[in-house]
Amino acid sequence: MARNLSMNEAVNEALDQEMARDPAVIVMGEDISGGTGAPGEDDAWGGPLGVTKGLSVKHGDRVMDTPLSESAFIGAAIGAACSGLRPVAELMFVDFMGVCFDEIFNQAAKFRYMFGGKAETPVVIRCMAGAGFRAAAQHSQMLTPIFTHIPGLKVVFPSNAYDAKGLLIQSIRDNDPVIFFEHKNLYDTKTDVPEGLYTIPFAEANVVREGGDATIVTYGQTVQRSLDAASTLAKEGIECDVIDLRTLSPIDMDTVLESVEETGRLVCVDEANPRCSIAADVSATVTQEIFGSLKAGVRMVTAPHTPVPFSPALEDIYIPGADRIASAVRQTVAN
Amino acid sequence: MTDQPFSIDRDTLLDAYRTMKTIREFEERLHVDVARGDIPGFVHLYAGEEAAATAIMLHLGESDRIASTHRGHGHCIAKGVDVKEMMGEIRGKASGACKGKGGSMHIADLSKGMMGANGILGAGAPLACGAALAAKRRGDGGVAISFVGDGASNQGMFLESLNLAAVWNLPVIFVVENNGYAESTAMEWAVACDSYVDRASGFGMPGVTVDGTDFFAVYEAAGEVIRRAREGGGPSLLECKMYRFYGHFEGDAQTYRAEGEVENLRENHDCIKIFRAAVTGAGAVDPADLNAIDAEALALINEAVAHAAAAPMPGPEDLETDVYISYA
Ligand SMILES: Cc1ncc(C[n+]2csc(CCOP(=O)(O)OP(=O)(O)O)c2C)c(N)n1
Ligand SMILES: [Mg+2]
Repeated sequence: MARNLSMNEAVNEALDQEMARDPAVIVMGEDISGGTGAPGEDDAWGGPLGVTKGLSVKHGDRVMDTPLSESAFIGAAIGAACSGLRPVAELMFVDFMGVCFDEIFNQAAKFRYMFGGKAETPVVIRCMAGAGFRAAAQHSQMLTPIFTHIPGLKVVFPSNAYDAKGLLIQSIRDNDPVIFFEHKNLYDTKTDVPEGLYTIPFAEANVVREGGDATIVTYGQTVQRSLDAASTLAKEGIECDVIDLRTLSPIDMDTVLESVEETGRLVCVDEANPRCSIAADVSATVTQEIFGSLKAGVRMVTAPHTPVPFSPALEDIYIPGADRIASAVRQTVAN
Repeated sequence: MTDQPFSIDRDTLLDAYRTMKTIREFEERLHVDVARGDIPGFVHLYAGEEAAATAIMLHLGESDRIASTHRGHGHCIAKGVDVKEMMGEIRGKASGACKGKGGSMHIADLSKGMMGANGILGAGAPLACGAALAAKRRGDGGVAISFVGDGASNQGMFLESLNLAAVWNLPVIFVVENNGYAESTAMEWAVACDSYVDRASGFGMPGVTVDGTDFFAVYEAAGEVIRRAREGGGPSLLECKMYRFYGHFEGDAQTYRAEGEVENLRENHDCIKIFRAAVTGAGAVDPADLNAIDAEALALINEAVAHAAAAPMPGPEDLETDVYISYA
């Protein structure tokens, strides 16, 4: 039975069901339950946006509040992962990654390779990302390319509630370290979500719209914006394939290449900053692999090369919008 | 009125009151304006904690630097940042202290020695060490203050800074603003030592704990550690025990608090009430003078809000400026 759930509820349900299924799964983070040591209610927060609310009531001390010490508790989650547990650690905002990054890119990411294939690090690090929340420069970044740059890390970025549940369960069961992104602007968006456990394999992009004239490749918050652009374009007689990558590492280039072989036109949409972005990565791969199929130059629609501005007037134009996506598609089609 | 029991002259007492009252009115107004939907983003209010910022900053000059926190409005005002520019910034307006690009969590004014509110907890402590290093090299007796919450005092960056400051003998003061909570988590649980004095001594520096709601206690203790730093005596840690009147951020339901906790704080632990009672009770200041300041503070905030509300938003041409130096 599928219910209409928000992404917030879908993430909560995935954590809850995986904890019930596997006693090795533990969940930790700052205020992930909340109220620890305080005189009022326990489970007072459930994380800053209430995503983990109720988990500590059901799963007791397997849901651990932490002191404000990211390098210690993220590192401990990684150490516990190599020692038999399956921790899901919440870093709150991906922007805080700078505080604990060594444990992720020099430790977790490298263990399997550096130790000659003898180590497993089944840890999931959940974090919020993305702009549009008026959260300013240090609480609004994407930073996705920083993680895809690093061999050994898996990078997952769902765009809707259904994918969030299936991908999070897959992430928890996966034996490699996974950075699991949750776009804070998508928490309230709803889709049908099955009641039971299910997984979505990594490196399986989702073709969310089929067209044939041009291919739009994206992930996260800009999936919906790309779909909006595609409906506008359809009225003008331009039909687009829209591909939601869903996982950025590993990445499903086959689906992208197949689509572009047919359309000959590619627009990569990325809310991250443009330099060395996912958009740049996909563009380069397509150009290298199937240059002969391209009928026009590849276009990228990204955030500008700036920090995220606070002012709503600036933040609204910072995030790639449907209008910018549509005009990029028109340009490739005009060629 | 020369005969008064305080080591502080009457004008300074009035200044201190004006600063505390300005912070309080600023925050009370923001509380209302956030609820009305006039303010975008995350807002962390300093109401209830005013005595600490005010008393500490009275010992500083413009060239002394402070590194603030996410709860930075009080530090800004006490360090002399323009209130109109702050209000503009919090509304994302072009008239703001950072042209609307920073917001509440990133208000800064380097010309006033205010190195920025900070969205990354603990990140201010190394910066304050750097400012102290610069002051030390200048040799002008300058100091730097690192403000940190009880929660952020558990950050690696903060703890490393304590050691670095001690090893380099830097003129920096680490002010722990202990309001008992980090978001919803109790300090009693999250800070694993009996007192900050112990923690300071573990890092080889003096530590002092004061009642942060007592302006005079903070003033005296801060004066001592700042003098020591200016004279080359090195870093200290100053813990101010205090209370926040509102939630962690605006919108926090605060169910982790005890019943009646906030009412009790406002009634019995309001640093401004306590200050007012002390100075009027001792006959150092006439209540009428304080009432006049109350009215001025309110008028200043009203003016700042009107100014900010009327100011334009930044335009699209501002989006890509200020990323790098401009050679134009
Ligand atoms: C590196 C980092 N981790 C976590 C957060 C999220 N966060 C913001 S404020 C806060 C609690 C801060 O508590 P404390 O330091 O006591 O300051 P207070 O809010 O009480 O003034 C947390 C966890 C952050 N902004 N930066
Ligand atoms: Mg605190």
